[in-house]
Amino acid sequence: MAIYVILALDVLNGISSLFLLCLGLAIIFGMMKIINLAHGEFIMLGAYATVISANAGVNIWIAMLIVAPLFVGIVGLVIERCLIRFLYGRLVDSMLATWGLSLLIIGIITTIYGNTQQGVPTPLGGFSIGSYQSSYYTLFLALMAAVMMAIIYGVMRYTRFGLVARATMQNPAMAATLGVNPARVYMSTFALGAAVTGLAGGLLAPVSGITPVMGGAYVAKAFMTVVGGGAAILSGTLSAASLFGSVNQIGAYFTTPVYGEVIVFTTAIVLIRLLPQGISGRFFKGNL
Amino acid sequence: MPKHVRLALQAAGILLAIVAIAVVPSVIELFALMQLTLFAAMAVLALSLAFIWGFGGILSFGQTAFFGLGGYAYAIAAVNFQDSTPAILLAIAVPALFAAILGYFIFFGRISDVYLGVITLTVTLILFNSVNSTSGDAYKIGKALLGGFNGMPAVPTFNVPFDPSTVLSPEQSWWTTAGVLLAVFLMLRLLLALPAGRVIVAVRENEVRASLLGYDPRLVKCLTFILGGAIAGLAGALYVNWGAFVSPTIFSLSLSAEIIIWITVGGLGTLLGPIIGCVVIEYIVAYIGSQQLLNSNLVLGGVLVIFVLLLPKGIVPTARDLVLRLMPQNKPKTNGPPVQSAAAPHPAGAE
Repeated sequence: MAIYVILALDVLNGISSLFLLCLGLAIIFGMMKIINLAHGEFIMLGAYATVISANAGVNIWIAMLIVAPLFVGIVGLVIERCLIRFLYGRLVDSMLATWGLSLLIIGIITTIYGNTQQGVPTPLGGFSIGSYQSSYYTLFLALMAAVMMAIIYGVMRYTRFGLVARATMQNPAMAATLGVNPARVYMSTFALGAAVTGLAGGLLAPVSGITPVMGGAYVAKAFMTVVGGGAAILSGTLSAASLFGSVNQIGAYFTTPVYGEVIVFTTAIVLIRLLPQGISGRFFKGNL
Repeated sequence: MPKHVRLALQAAGILLAIVAIAVVPSVIELFALMQLTLFAAMAVLALSLAFIWGFGGILSFGQTAFFGLGGYAYAIAAVNFQDSTPAILLAIAVPALFAAILGYFIFFGRISDVYLGVITLTVTLILFNSVNSTSGDAYKIGKALLGGFNGMPAVPTFNVPFDPSTVLSPEQSWWTTAGVLLAVFLMLRLLLALPAGRVIVAVRENEVRASLLGYDPRLVKCLTFILGGAIAGLAGALYVNWGAFVSPTIFSLSLSAEIIIWITVGGLGTLLGPIIGCVVIEYIVAYIGSQQLLNSNLVLGGVLVIFVLLLPKGIVPTARDLVLRLMPQNKPKTNGPPVQSAAAPHPAGAE
């Protein structure tokens, strides 16, 4: 019996970390149609910001929840001003430039901190179910995923910024006519997406090995989830993250972690073939 | 430029290339020759993506999937048969078959560009993960042990066709590899000059118009993709022949990124540009690897960002435009080196 509880916790963990990893990308790709291939490196920067400030004596919770999103948000802002703003509407060029950016960030971090693995101890303790051990941190990640979902929903649905941002994404010319500066909206949306991604990196820092190339492991997963989810930021990402997260964990439980990944990638390809508009293009049309 | 002048210049360029390939081994050291052989094998890979991306309009983020499949197919067959002749054929056939299946899935499903990138990326990762986990004695095909992350060492290299006892020397390997590069280049150039090549470019330009003229864009793109896969597989065989070794890193995303960088730097929509880009970038990477000052990712990333922002057309088209602008329109002879004329025999197809 206990093994099923543990498996359920693993599935919950898989879903919540995948959701956190993808939320920032869903904001940037879903709203602005910029394919940010440096997404994995934003996660890596968030993780490094957390580890380095935590090892410098900052409280781990402050490092995770404040330093990481703030730092990556600022980096995102700078990148948008210096690079991305020249590439709106040039889909392929934006892919190439952000891929170059990802290599550049990996190179910079490797040069500064070296190729070694960094780490930070996992806060919160563990508890046992039957003869198995699990960690409270798993539950905390799920809680954070729910909180982030509520915050993004609140911001997009009920604030003036959310309204203006959604309007600009639908029709920039019309929004500009009504007195909105689209360039500023794009800039803040990109920075918001980067900050959310940095937060995900910070939250996952205690439970993953942190190296300069760690982003590569996430970027394909994140893309496949966002594309599989479709245009709706929250309902799409949540449904795709739930599907892929559970397929991954259950597949890994019955075979090996490697084949778990292979199974989830294959599922993603079949899903894209069956639902080219993503899950939300079919089932949650018009939702946020 | 009049037609016969252009033809003469092209012929001169090809002749020059053949002579250069023939005399290089007697001019340079063995180490440099081995390095050039590697560059030539990589340039064949560059041509495969240059063809499907620049002329077919298919941006594949996973061209290394076919490169790696070709490499592994060659290695497994060469270990089993102890003869490279059927192994090379398999290294072309297996990736072509895989490209046919994947291409059918992608193009006949009418999956858009973005999704194409995501799918090719994930397929490459699937292959990398699967091959990576094949360590242990349980995973063997015939006599060939796959070896997981450690790869397959001591793969037999090329021999004279149908004569396994005569293994090619490094010089002969160079002639083979560079000869294949030249042959693939000429084959693609010829294909693009034929009506079939015009159809490929027409589909890239406008799928709806091409289909209104009676061509099936799905089929055309699928065939382009298969040809690209076959060339990449051949490049994989050449690569394994160079190092007598293959490991899962042949599927890596960083190599996929490098191919795209070669083409962006050299010039999209040309065949010569990617070859030049490949050699230049690979030379820089090899040079950086030999000293500790700079990280190769840093330089590659910087180069890619700068080219996308400042020189999006790439080196060869920019140089070609410069030469054409400097040259008076009615002057019968060009002052540009024959290298550039080979890149621009068909400006209409390259637009």
